[in-house]
This record gives sequence, structure tokens and C-alpha cells, in this order.
Amino acid sequence: MTTSSLKGRVGIVTGGARGIGAAITSLLAADGATVIVMGLAPDRARTETLRASLNGAAKNIAFREGNVAHYEICKGVVEEVRVHYGQIDFLVNNAGITADHTVRNMTVEEWQAVLAVDLSGPFFMIKAVLEHMLERNYGRIVNISSVVGHTGNFGQAYYSSAKAGLMGLTKTVALETASRGITVNAVAPGFINTDMVAAMPKAAIEAAIQKSPERRLGQPEEVARVVRFLLDDSSGYITGAVYDVNGGLYM
Amino acid sequence: MLEGRVAFVTGGTRGIGAAISALLAKDGAHVAAGYNKGEETARQFKSTIEKNGASISVHQGRVDDPGDCQRVVQEVLDNFGRIDYLINNAGITIDKTVRKMTEEEWHQVLAVNLFGAFHMTKAVLEHMIGRGSGRVVNISSVIGETGNVGQANYAASKAGLFGFSKSLALEMAQRGITVNCVAPGFIETEMVAAIPKPALDKVIERIPQRRLGRPDEVARVVRFLIDDDSSYVTGAVYTVNGGLDM
Repeated sequence: MTTSSLKGRVGIVTGGARGIGAAITSLLAADGATVIVMGLAPDRARTETLRASLNGAAKNIAFREGNVAHYEICKGVVEEVRVHYGQIDFLVNNAGITADHTVRNMTVEEWQAVLAVDLSGPFFMIKAVLEHMLERNYGRIVNISSVVGHTGNFGQAYYSSAKAGLMGLTKTVALETASRGITVNAVAPGFINTDMVAAMPKAAIEAAIQKSPERRLGQPEEVARVVRFLLDDSSGYITGAVYDVNGGLYM
Repeated sequence: MLEGRVAFVTGGTRGIGAAISALLAKDGAHVAAGYNKGEETARQFKSTIEKNGASISVHQGRVDDPGDCQRVVQEVLDNFGRIDYLINNAGITIDKTVRKMTEEEWHQVLAVNLFGAFHMTKAVLEHMIGRGSGRVVNISSVIGETGNVGQANYAASKAGLFGFSKSLALEMAQRGITVNCVAPGFIETEMVAAIPKPALDKVIERIPQRRLGRPDEVARVVRFLIDDDSSYVTGAVYTVNGGLDM
């Protein structure tokens, strides 16, 4: 097809043991990449389950514990991975949390907690990995944003703020690294069939499906392949872009 | 991987269109490449593709003539039985500032770049609806996002394609047909080579990556979007521009 193998490539997928992240990890590992899943303590067991489901590609997946909300932790994980594997070719900032409340009912602590993971986390990870990528004049960074970063969503002020913020972060880092062999792009999924969406009230899921022109949720694999495409060596002219995959939900 | 599939690529024998035709043919599709002028170029392109063992036919016609669109689509359906992918790629430029642009120059560019996509889509749509599947990819341009001095007609036609794609995507969302745009930046083609050197140098200075793109870098985005597995991507604009539109 139009993609080359990822054999020999090494990268980190934050939140790579669940939901969309798990689909990304599986696809990249199946294509030959070495994928380091970065996640919280419970993600260790999830990564094991993921490995068990992959047979041949299982050996391509490793786990590192760490919370992206803390810069020192991001730096530590990135440095350890770099030394251990000798290189980091790609970074997929996928880790994200929600804590849905309307602004009236939202506490300042909740706002800060979500922004810390969903927006500051990607910034910390990019900052931690950037010097290494600049030295090598090569890198692929993909930030998983969301359709609600375009549209907003009732009860998701912090989530939509974080996801819109990611688009700004993406474009700025893309500009700052454009002449250095590094591309930085965002993928903005619609409502995808994951635990996160399953946790929404049933009526809200129904409403999301009704609003979606294709009248269905997307599958994690349908997002993962867009990420895979952007990570490809041949995608070097794509940078600062936001690639939507949302069944027509936002145009 | 596209064996048994048929693609129609307008303006498919030159520039970005030629790269799209070559890639889809290489992946196993039969490619019907449309062209207007340049019969010799079309013939040579056909023989180059065929030398690589791929399947291609070339079809003369004007996309700004609805009758021509219907005729060539029928030609392809009669000979190859189906059209899975329509790539509206044909485009022209007639660069003038608005002050100097004549009505005729405005109409000519709109007629090919925007109305052409409409006429071709009309010609092929019932067939796709009947089969419950299809992929339409419209080649827009970064100029449709940003505008450009001396390109009011081109920019309007390419921005118009965004609106056209999204409306059609909504109308087709439950019929197995996706409709998307690819918006390239400045790509190494004859069209860009026609820009005077000092102006082109200025353009390259403005591109964050400081280089022109290659036609094959655009073609692979088209290839991605027409894939069977890309069915959740519709109404989208996928840019490939070296960072130019930020």
C-alpha cells in the first residue's frame, strides 16, 4: 500500500493500553514497531492482556508506568526509554481523562486535573522528547484531540478546552520543528466505541449517534489507522494538520 | 489490494492527477484517467503505466461540459462495469487580480474546478447509490483555505469544493459513500512551475518546511481515503502542505 513497514521504529503511546490507545498500540506493533505503553499502575495488567491477544507482535510491546500530568515523570520515562532502546522515533499523545460536569457544577480542582492530563501531559511529553528528535532530525508526533475540541460539548468544558488546546499546541510545535524533519499532527476522532464513551449516560450516547450523519459510533481501529498513516516515513509533508475521523459529525 | 476496483481520475494524466492514477493502478485498480487537452501526453502516460503491468484507460472530455461527463462515465461503466472511486482532480488557473480579472476568466476557472466536480459527481452518483458504496475525493488546495493574491477565481473554486464535499458527505452518509477533500499545498507540478521564479521563491520562503511537496505525497493521502477501511472518515479535509496553512 502507501505505507512502509515500521520495523526498527520505536515510540511511546501514552494511555496505550485502553480504548483508542490500545488499538493504536496493537496496529503499530503488528506493523513491526516497538511500542512503549505509558500508563498508570492498572495499565500494566491491561498491557499484558493486550500482549496476550497479539501473538507474534506481543514481544514488540513494553510497559512503563507514569502519570503524564507530571513533567518530572515524563522526563524520567522518556530518558529511560531513550537509553534502553537507543532511539525514540514517534510519540502518540493519547492519554486522556474526562470528569463531566457543567461549568456551574465543576470544581476548580476538576478543571485542573483534566487539563493536567489532557493538555499539559502532551506538552510535557513533547518537551521531554523534543531535544532527542531534533538531534536526530527525525520525529513523528501525533496528538489525539477530539471532535469536541472543534464543537464543544454540554458538560465537557474542560475536556473540550483541553482538546481544542491540543490543536493549538500541535500547530505551534509543527511550526517550530518544520525544518527539522519532525512532523506534528492531531487526529480528532468523533464518538468512538470505548470505555470512555460507554461511561456516558445512555441517553447522551443515543443523542451522539443520532447527531452523527453515519448514525454509528466509530471503532478504535478506525482511528488507529489514521495515526498509523501520519506516523509513516512517507507522510513527511503532512504537518500541523488536524485529521478528522468522525463519521461526518463535524464538518 | 484494489483488484477489481475501478477509479475515475479527472485530469488524471498530468501533475498530481498522474501520481494518483499511477498509485491506484499500481495497487491493482483499473484507472480511467480523464484528460481534456494533451492527447499525446495522455497516450504516453497510458503506455508508461501499462509497461508496469497496470490497467489504465484514458478518456478525452471536458469536465465543464455535463454532456461530456455523462458520456465518459458511461464509457467507463460500459467497458469496466463499475466505478468505485471518483477523484475530482482536474483544475486550471488563470491568475489575475480581481481588478484585472474578466468575467470570462472568473467563469472559466469556476467552470472547470468547481462545476466540473459537480458534473462528474452527478454523472456517477446514481451508480454509487445503486451499489451502496463509493468514495469521492475532491482535490482542493491550500489556496481554498487561505486565499492568494491574483487567485480569486482559483481560491473561490477550491473553497467552494469544501462546501460541496461536506454537503454531499451529509447527503451520502448513510449510503456507504464517503466524500472528502484533500488540500495540497504547493506541489512540484507544471502548474506550479508556471509561477515566475521570484514569486515561487517567495512561496517556498513561506512554507514552514521550505520545500515544495511531491505529487506522490498527495496521492497517498487520496489512496488512504479511498480505502475500504476509511469509511468513518467523511466530510473531512485532509491537508498535505508542509505546514503552509498555519
